[in-house]
Amino acid sequence: MKESILSHIYDNGLVLVAEPMMSLESAAFTFLVPAGCASDPEGLAGLGSFTCEMTLRGSGSRDSRQFIQDLENLGVERGESVSTSHTSFSGATLAKNLFPALEIFADLIRRPHFPEDQLEAARLVAIQELRAIEDEPGQKVMLELRRRQYPEPWGRSSHGELPALESIGLEDIRDYFAQHYHPNGTILGVAGQIDWQRLKVQVGRMFADWAPRDEAEPATGRSLAKREHLHHESNQTQIAIGFESLPYRHQDYFQAWGAVGVLSGGMSSRLFTEVREKRGLCYTVYATMHTLRDRGSVLCYAGTSAERAQETLDVTLAELVRLAQGIKADELARLKARIKSSLIMQQESSSSRSGSIARDWYHLGQVRTLDEVGALVDALSRDSINAYLAAHPPGDFTIVTLGPNPLEVPVGIS
Amino acid sequence: MEFRKHQLDNGLQIVAECNAEAYSTAVGFFVQTGARDETDDVAGVSHFLEHMMFKGTPTRTADDVNREFDEMGAHYNAFTSEEHTVYYAAVLPELQTSAVELLGDIIRPSLREEDFTTEKQVIIEEIRMYEDQPPFGADDKCKAAHFGSHPLGRSVLGTVQSITDLRVEAMRRYFETRYAPDNMTLVGAGRIDFNTLVDTADWLCGKWKPMHAPRETLAAAPHRGFECLKKDTATLEYVLQLAGGPASTDSDRYAAKVLATVLGDDSGSRLYWALVDSGLAEQATLSHHDYQGTGLFMTYLSCDPQHAQANLEQIANIYAEAEQEGATAAELAQAKSKISSRIVLGSERPRSRLFSVGGNWMQRREYRTVQQDLQAIDAVSRDALVEVLARYPLSVSTTLAIGPATQLTAPAGTI
Repeated sequence: MKESILSHIYDNGLVLVAEPMMSLESAAFTFLVPAGCASDPEGLAGLGSFTCEMTLRGSGSRDSRQFIQDLENLGVERGESVSTSHTSFSGATLAKNLFPALEIFADLIRRPHFPEDQLEAARLVAIQELRAIEDEPGQKVMLELRRRQYPEPWGRSSHGELPALESIGLEDIRDYFAQHYHPNGTILGVAGQIDWQRLKVQVGRMFADWAPRDEAEPATGRSLAKREHLHHESNQTQIAIGFESLPYRHQDYFQAWGAVGVLSGGMSSRLFTEVREKRGLCYTVYATMHTLRDRGSVLCYAGTSAERAQETLDVTLAELVRLAQGIKADELARLKARIKSSLIMQQESSSSRSGSIARDWYHLGQVRTLDEVGALVDALSRDSINAYLAAHPPGDFTIVTLGPNPLEVPVGIS
Repeated sequence: MEFRKHQLDNGLQIVAECNAEAYSTAVGFFVQTGARDETDDVAGVSHFLEHMMFKGTPTRTADDVNREFDEMGAHYNAFTSEEHTVYYAAVLPELQTSAVELLGDIIRPSLREEDFTTEKQVIIEEIRMYEDQPPFGADDKCKAAHFGSHPLGRSVLGTVQSITDLRVEAMRRYFETRYAPDNMTLVGAGRIDFNTLVDTADWLCGKWKPMHAPRETLAAAPHRGFECLKKDTATLEYVLQLAGGPASTDSDRYAAKVLATVLGDDSGSRLYWALVDSGLAEQATLSHHDYQGTGLFMTYLSCDPQHAQANLEQIANIYAEAEQEGATAAELAQAKSKISSRIVLGSERPRSRLFSVGGNWMQRREYRTVQQDLQAIDAVSRDALVEVLARYPLSVSTTLAIGPATQLTAPAGTI
């Protein structure tokens, strides 16, 4: 693997991080702006998402229609989302269109109009997105799990709450934008066929005169109860289980991550084998690492018919508990093979790399090359993972179910 | 980039787009079998069979199959549609032969009754999962209404009842005829060693017996209909609308893609500006799907139930206007640049190219480069869009709504 990561920090704090991938015809970018839903003010849950929606409705010299027309004529595939700590704006296009695309996003991030005549349409969009979750039981149960897995405000859903969305006004949006859209804390990741020197100069021209602003980290608040059942008239019961793990920047992160890779990922993994293959209990079952900057968790999901849900919960929990007894050498070997091939295949996609390098910078203050990640994975041993598991056995589970009937948590499970 | 092809004596076709610069290799068996080849007594068997392929062979247990794919670090999976069942894996180039050998072995499965019984439960869970999420089975119901007795009206998943009733003997019989070598293609993309691929296929599949499996590919008759199903537990209203469209061998299919993008892409289209940007709908899209012998335009709408009727009227107006006046030059240019960029971005990974190369071969026995696809999109004229609409009016459609709304009716002029 030949690759290099280039980075530059502008005087106002904006970070540009880039990975040239010269075999591709495309270039992709991801802006992480420090406006996450953890910063939604009390009583205004959803303000970050609402603000994000409003930035799309006109900025710089463009109204909302011109904004979309210009991007589409440049062939930019775009997406935006709000996570706990960031609002992200990303795009991918042919390499020759990268700079004109970045110009448009510079306007969006720095010079949105927030037009009054678009406010009610944006409100309807935000409310409908929130209501749509009510029809997606799998998504709903995982959002509730995160709310209960982390203390406030770290487990919040970015979609907000109905009364807040109904009451948000233009002043709230302007205030939120002024407080949270600033260059210090913003990371721009770019990957693909790029000329680094030109990129650095062009991004500087677009962003160097953007004034920084200091803000305090949101305070950590209370935690909710770790058990919840949400009544839902459905065929299936959704089961969501969480337990504490490590954040990405922790030195032992890869030990925890390796253990979860044995639990889930690949059809020979434990959850897939025990819950689906041997017992036919469900179609979907998985566990995944979820990381915030200072906290991490393992989040698990299984969906199954109501009458088989209790057995599914029992078997899944038993597998989580059994993990503490350690993993086997062949399980680790398979995990390493999977990671080796997926690291190489990541070089085939500029979109996935632009997001990864920006997030790496957020978590680590630097970016790991794929070679460095490969070396960290190579260094994992059965003993190192088992030592981690012995010291941090899965337990103290957060358990949320959604369906026609509540389930019993087996005796002896904390 | 080089295209290579070969055919074994028993009819198995082998095609590959070989790219010496690629980081990875993608290979797959594309079997010409799917829901449209089923009969009532085996409804859902193609998809169920796809699951059973991972349950072991005379020389491998199910655990072996999963373990060996994972040992290769493969990105692998399978899927079933109305027309095809595809088994694929993307691996590092040095594992090409191992991946082909494993894929080729699993599609000669044991089909043991015990595994069949266990996996039946998983299939039923999959059906129930889709019944619990939008559009709550309305997609299957709408297709059935639109196609009537045409084989494309069949559900890929089948129903809980049809799966419960299915016997393993019936599955074995279906397998015998449909998984014959003359009914499948081995496809490769990325860094493929083609000579080795042919050698592997020859010793692995050379003894399989051809069966001359039939398929009917008649055109579907246009259909009009409107139905509203009540579902109190849903929050939003979901509407599907199907109209005829160009088939997979029809040269109009590029114009159909451009038309669907102008009218109903998920961003920057007429439906987007009228319904999504304004907040009147959560989603409102139009897409084109081509099949052997026939095609579809599908409209999908999700919205607050109280807006559903007005949204349906607006969609009908947008389509009627398009049928009269077509698209503007600016709309055409915008749609083309969007589609072209998606084609290029979507071609970077060998495992994406695999589906394009395989799809073209299955549908048309044709190889098309990315460049040829871009040229075909570029050549679409404004007149071509009007001509597609004249042949396939969007106002002649089958509509199914599901959700809390009770009183939805067909907009004037559409029924």
